[in-house]
Amino acid sequence: MTDVSPAAIEFQDVSYVRPPAGRVLDSVSLTITTGSVVALVGRSGAGKSTMLRLVNGLLMPTAGRVVVDGRSTRDWDLLELRRGIGYVLQDVGLFPHLSVEENVALVPSLLNWNASKSLTRAHEMLQLVGLQPALFARRSVRQLSGGQRQRVGVARALAADPPVLLMDEPFGALDPVTRAELHHEFRAIQGRLRKTIVIVTHDMAEAFALADVVGVLADGQLAAVAPPKALARSEDPRVMPLLAPLAEMSAVLGAPE
Amino acid sequence: MSLVTFLASHRAEVLALLLQHVRLVGVSTAAAIAIGVPVGLLAARRPRLGAPVVWLANVAQTIPSLAMFGFLLPLPFVGGLGARVAIVVLILYALLPIIRTTVAGVNGIDPVLIEAGTALGMSSRQLLWRVQIPLALPSIVAGIRVASVIGVGTATIAAAVGAGGLGEYIFRGLSMVDSTMVLAGAVPAALLALSLDGLLLGFERLFALRRMPRLPIVIALLLLIIAPLAATRQPAAAIRVGSKNFTEQIVLGELLSQKIERDTGLAVERRLNLGGTFIADTALASGAIDVYVEYTGTADTAVFKNPVDTDAARVLERVRTQYAGRGITVMPPLGFDNTFAILVRGADARRLGLHTIDDAKAYAPQWRAGFGYEFLQRADGYPGLSQKYGLHFAAPPRAMDLSLIYRALAEHQVDLIAGDATNGLISAYDLAVLADSRHYFPPYDAVPVARSVVLLRYPAVRRALASLSGRVSADAMRRMNRAVDAEHRDPAAVAREFLAQLERNGESGE
Repeated sequence: MTDVSPAAIEFQDVSYVRPPAGRVLDSVSLTITTGSVVALVGRSGAGKSTMLRLVNGLLMPTAGRVVVDGRSTRDWDLLELRRGIGYVLQDVGLFPHLSVEENVALVPSLLNWNASKSLTRAHEMLQLVGLQPALFARRSVRQLSGGQRQRVGVARALAADPPVLLMDEPFGALDPVTRAELHHEFRAIQGRLRKTIVIVTHDMAEAFALADVVGVLADGQLAAVAPPKALARSEDPRVMPLLAPLAEMSAVLGAPE
Repeated sequence: MSLVTFLASHRAEVLALLLQHVRLVGVSTAAAIAIGVPVGLLAARRPRLGAPVVWLANVAQTIPSLAMFGFLLPLPFVGGLGARVAIVVLILYALLPIIRTTVAGVNGIDPVLIEAGTALGMSSRQLLWRVQIPLALPSIVAGIRVASVIGVGTATIAAAVGAGGLGEYIFRGLSMVDSTMVLAGAVPAALLALSLDGLLLGFERLFALRRMPRLPIVIALLLLIIAPLAATRQPAAAIRVGSKNFTEQIVLGELLSQKIERDTGLAVERRLNLGGTFIADTALASGAIDVYVEYTGTADTAVFKNPVDTDAARVLERVRTQYAGRGITVMPPLGFDNTFAILVRGADARRLGLHTIDDAKAYAPQWRAGFGYEFLQRADGYPGLSQKYGLHFAAPPRAMDLSLIYRALAEHQVDLIAGDATNGLISAYDLAVLADSRHYFPPYDAVPVARSVVLLRYPAVRRALASLSGRVSADAMRRMNRAVDAEHRDPAAVAREFLAQLERNGESGE
């Protein structure tokens, strides 16, 4: 058997125990190939965000290894590891004391790019996520709408051209229309950039819309890992409840008028 | 004299005192920022390391400011007299609000932002400079605002250790019972506090509202404001004359200063209005002042802790020997004995036929007494007096500020006080001196005490001080005190007239 695409991220028998709360992840193994989009779906508290934080070293596994680009996170210089991984949070985490362009140019500046190169890059990124630099670059982030903030968050995560992008409920706080719009742009951007992306969501529809592979987390275990089409037919009792809203939707769509 | 006319006629002095005040507050606040902000950041990031420092700052805040001066004066480096010790005290007071708000500012940052910064690959130091400090800045500025407003108030007390500032007017006004002068210090201080508050509030809003200006710019601005203030030091004077903080002492301080200036041409720096015997003595011993006028009885009992002795010649001789052991020379007495005087209202004395302290004994159980803090404590003060004369009052005597005690008697707040025999307010308020028929009080002959090294270096100063020997009578002293206390005349002018008169008499007499 030969690997067509090398593994960008590998979870090898990873467990994570948070002292008071107990076991959050229980022997999870998952291989994420370079250039693919993997969605992690599950209820709140299933351990989705913990998996992301294990990738960029915000957390370290209690047992097992998380391997990024061939090296265990324990062996990485954490600053170097994190600067090579884009991170988009649900709450965005834009810095209120910095302008839009300064937020986007942050990682390049941490990597000691010179100022004009960082700014040029920031403007390209704003363009990429559909925010006109001429209009938005100098604004305060306080003046942005929710959707605009998410776009800036994505632009910031992509600015240093990291091979890996982690997205934690990136579109969770948005209205459905804006969300659909951003899904569309996400696919367009990914079509061009081909990043390795791990995206966490509680919404199976979003996972189906964006991901090549969907992993379902339940009580700290990986209940299923499959492409959307295969997963849609799953009869696993831990997967089916998450599919239920989709079934309702197709029932409505399929019903004769 | 109204406040406006006073301020107009003392324009230059008010401005100088205001500048001194601003300098005290500016330098101490800047230093408190330089210490407090890093400590606050440390305390917020590493609570275990920072907590003890915050605790210490808390403790410092609870120490009354005069007590703090008392602790610090004898210490090397920070101690001594003048701006240095005042700035140290002001720094200690300014630290707590700055540390507190820095900690609060850092702890108040949304944890999502810290996570975002960390996840983007910021090092702990980058997180500090790029996220935590900028976001905590409005809170830190709020702390600086509080600290500087407190500082303006506390700095008025700095006058008690000769640091100058607007407190000079407040203390001088209190000791001269001159409310206009008190206001001349208090009103500009209040205005200063208000304008500082407004200015920093503006900064705070600026930081909170929009993106902050670059930190280096802020630091440069602060330095620009503070540097010239820190740089404006008075030229070093050859001779520094001190005095305690009551009218007679201020007049005598002026008298010595002007005599030295006239006779020797040396530059004299006046460090008048020092807060009490302890501070004046510490200042002399540490070389912060070169000369001041002490009273033999005070030196004997309060400075050298000898048992009470009522023999004037013996006291002078003992004090001379003991001072000499500390490198201090006792000059010949000026000529008056400012002993304690037990005082009652003139009307009471006439009505009840009171002439001596013994006469008052029968009425004491219905009276309230008021004494200065020192008199209540000293061996030659109230405890011995009460024993010697069998005096007992309706209630324990009230501790009162010396500057308010005569008025308190005149206004029936108390019925008997201990004052100075030469105080000008005695006749101004129609008070009566009860004679010390049992010779309880020791002699309080006024003598200039000077650092011996200074007298050796400047023999002309020794001659100038010696020439005042026996030239200031009790009557002359009382008149000068009255001119200042009751007629609100300038102590410097009163001293100048007296010296001019001395010279005329001297020329005609010799």
